[in-house]
Amino acid sequence: MIAPADIKKTVKLNILRQDTPDTHPYWQQFEVPCTPSSNVTSLLRSISANPVTAEGAQVAPPAYEASCLEEVCGSCTMLINGKVRQACSTLVRKIQSGHPDEPITIEPLTKFPVIRDLVVDRSRMFENLKRIKAWIPIDSSYNLGPGPKITPEEQQTMYPLSRCMTCGSCLEACPQFTRDNNFLGAQIFSIARYYNMHPNGKTEKDARMEVLMGEGGITDCGNAQNCVKVCPKEIPLTESIGIIGRAATVYSIKKFFSK
Amino acid sequence: MAQKRVIVVGGGLAGLSTSMKLSEEGVAVDLFSLVPVKRSHSVCAQGGINACNDVARQQGYSEWEHFDETVFGGDFLAHQPPVLEMARMAPAIIDLLDRMGVPFSRTPEGNRDLRLFGGSLYKRTFYAGATTGQQLLYALDEQVRHHEVQGHVTKYEFWEFLAPVLDDNGRCVGIVAQDLRTMQIRSFRADAVVMATGGNGLIFGQSTMSIICTGSGTARCYQAGARLGNPEFVQVHPTAIPGEDKCRLMSESARGEGGRLWVPKKRQDSRHPNDIPEQERDYFLERLYPKYKNIVPRDIATREIFYICEQGYGIGGGQMVYLDLTEKATGIPYDVLKRKLGGILEIYEKFVGVDPLLEPMKIYPAVHYSMGGLWVDFAKDEKTGGLRKADPRNQMTNITGLYAAGEADYQYHGANRLGANSLLSCIFTGLFMAPGIKKFIESQPPVAEQAQTIYDAAVAGQQAVQSRLLNSKGTDNPYVMHRELGKAMSDNVTIIRSNAKLRQTLSLIESLKDRYQNNLGLPDSGLWNNQSLGFARACWDMILLGEAVTSAALAREESRGSHFKIPDELVDRHDLPLDKRALQRDDEHWLKSTLVSYVDGKATLSYEPVDVSLVAPRARNYGKVTAPATNAASAETAGAAV
Repeated sequence: MIAPADIKKTVKLNILRQDTPDTHPYWQQFEVPCTPSSNVTSLLRSISANPVTAEGAQVAPPAYEASCLEEVCGSCTMLINGKVRQACSTLVRKIQSGHPDEPITIEPLTKFPVIRDLVVDRSRMFENLKRIKAWIPIDSSYNLGPGPKITPEEQQTMYPLSRCMTCGSCLEACPQFTRDNNFLGAQIFSIARYYNMHPNGKTEKDARMEVLMGEGGITDCGNAQNCVKVCPKEIPLTESIGIIGRAATVYSIKKFFSK
Repeated sequence: MAQKRVIVVGGGLAGLSTSMKLSEEGVAVDLFSLVPVKRSHSVCAQGGINACNDVARQQGYSEWEHFDETVFGGDFLAHQPPVLEMARMAPAIIDLLDRMGVPFSRTPEGNRDLRLFGGSLYKRTFYAGATTGQQLLYALDEQVRHHEVQGHVTKYEFWEFLAPVLDDNGRCVGIVAQDLRTMQIRSFRADAVVMATGGNGLIFGQSTMSIICTGSGTARCYQAGARLGNPEFVQVHPTAIPGEDKCRLMSESARGEGGRLWVPKKRQDSRHPNDIPEQERDYFLERLYPKYKNIVPRDIATREIFYICEQGYGIGGGQMVYLDLTEKATGIPYDVLKRKLGGILEIYEKFVGVDPLLEPMKIYPAVHYSMGGLWVDFAKDEKTGGLRKADPRNQMTNITGLYAAGEADYQYHGANRLGANSLLSCIFTGLFMAPGIKKFIESQPPVAEQAQTIYDAAVAGQQAVQSRLLNSKGTDNPYVMHRELGKAMSDNVTIIRSNAKLRQTLSLIESLKDRYQNNLGLPDSGLWNNQSLGFARACWDMILLGEAVTSAALAREESRGSHFKIPDELVDRHDLPLDKRALQRDDEHWLKSTLVSYVDGKATLSYEPVDVSLVAPRARNYGKVTAPATNAASAETAGAAV
């Protein structure tokens, strides 16, 4: 797996840059050292240490977000060769394999406002967590004994949902989610399912359903199923969408009869 | 009168638990973080969180045992009352996390499952798959979001802490911080400030830490007069995937669940590991430590790996050994380990390209955790042996009103941290200190009455630093200088230390300081989301922390926990076992905490006694055997016992 013959010692990167939110984007090419274990974040770090374009111009290093470098924090989501990926777990040898001379293109996510270069504003995802009350209500942090028992089956259903790192890949790939609408998207549907499942999280279920059935809610999902294909954590997003969809139906019937 | 406010810097487990508890106590919180708090480094913790539990208790375990293991694991350098208090509160913390919805792994009956972890013979580690830190962080993140919605907490994400603001009496009354997008520098008033900014792995170049873990938060308090405690104690975790950008942790839980470390008995054995038969493998930790086997504490496992590789038994003669999770080695079915360890198996598979359940992993030690950090106080309760509840002294640094929590403090792990105690110490410090902070701010005049001039002066000071940096036109790129620092620190100040190498590192640090002051060149001089500026500032902090770590290591003439010193004349004596080369633990002279102050631009050392009032220090060798060798490797290792 290490060092296939076609790995070059340098690699070309075409990076879509944008100085500020209001200015026009432009492309810049860099040629940077590359080893068999290089990932896209290490290439970006190399540019920071020597920010010179392929044409030899000294420039400001491209801004990007990164933190854990092991695909668990969700920071470094970007478009790499047109596909939404985590830059840290994108190994150059993998995406280069077969065509080592072609430059790798790197662009910011398109569904979120650009701050600078590859940095985008994903605060919408966090704001949506507030809207759906993404928490388990507790009385206080004083010692009040253990939580409810959970069967291993329930835990094994909930645990994968709780690995969502708010990276935004599912939203980037979703045709329904755009910069100027308020569609909630798979991230929120799946997290809502998680809280609705929990014995104490259920107490907020009705409030959650109101949001999930409001504007930009579950009925706007076009069922393109792109989300589940790009989720780096392989969260069963379409399953969650189905479950929230059915819960919405049940909730509206319940609401109808309790009028 | 305005409501009193507390600033919490850092949104990992320690910062979030502090924020949650303060909110609950009715104190307004302003929470600052470089990244959205949900992306904090706690997210990387994998294996679990320790606490005495019903099962272990019935087998003879207790909170006292947990306390004893922790101080023993830390080679008796930790003050004992805070550790005892932490061990006592641990079971309640697990229950709390459970109520907050952490998806702990479950037994068939629906109870929270337990696993074995380093330094203990009892199962006392609760876990959520192999992403326990992520699950705990998310649960606390959600609680704090709930408080945020209710107006108790105000978040400042993508803001960088630049310095504490001190009044004329030296009390901390706020901070200066910078918006990382607009680059606006401004001051914030606070009746108390809590530093929960984590460890400093980045000073070693590559570590298992996130790249935001520069230690800057700590270093900026240090430059403002806060003391560091025990900075020379740096945990090198035995099992990580070596990498050029970072070393990716392979959790101790891999061994807790049955994983085994081995090397081929034949030097430079070129066979595929799966083709090397059982009798031709040296499971060296099992051979050396028949009682604890693969779960000896980290400092010990790390040195054994280093030694066996030094003797030429590493994979291909290099610096790597096998961590084996295959069914052939563990006897545990594929699906079981997949379920329990999925999170880390995925990391190995994604970054190395091999399924570690089918083929042994290749690992080597990597810098992982800062036992040292900001010195903090504690108030011992003579009646219980633990801490006095709601005492303002608990977790306060030597700067009045400036507190520290989690990995940023030095308090709980002594000379070596036990696995799965870090999540515990983060949450414990946050929850335990909050009532004391509340009491403190109630006893103080409100900062709303402070003169604006001290805040303005602090902002002006930071603006001056910034404009100097932005106008620096030298040729030393901060990222390149960081690489130089990291390489020297990694080569000379990690597993094995010798005074010659430490002195050499200090002189490199001197030259880095000089180059930084006189020849720095910033690749970006803009004032919009300028990441080079932040990194350049952190680079200075890392140089100073490197100096503190190295100076303290140079001064400490003994071996203790992670600090393992070999006299210069024995450094090349590869014919001797490591323990025969190194200095021994010296309680008579060195059972004391190192305190480092920043005086006249330099690290200045002093010492204070360790509170060992609860258990007397004893020899620490985890039952290492000196039995006759069964192969060449063990022949050389025999006699290596303490």
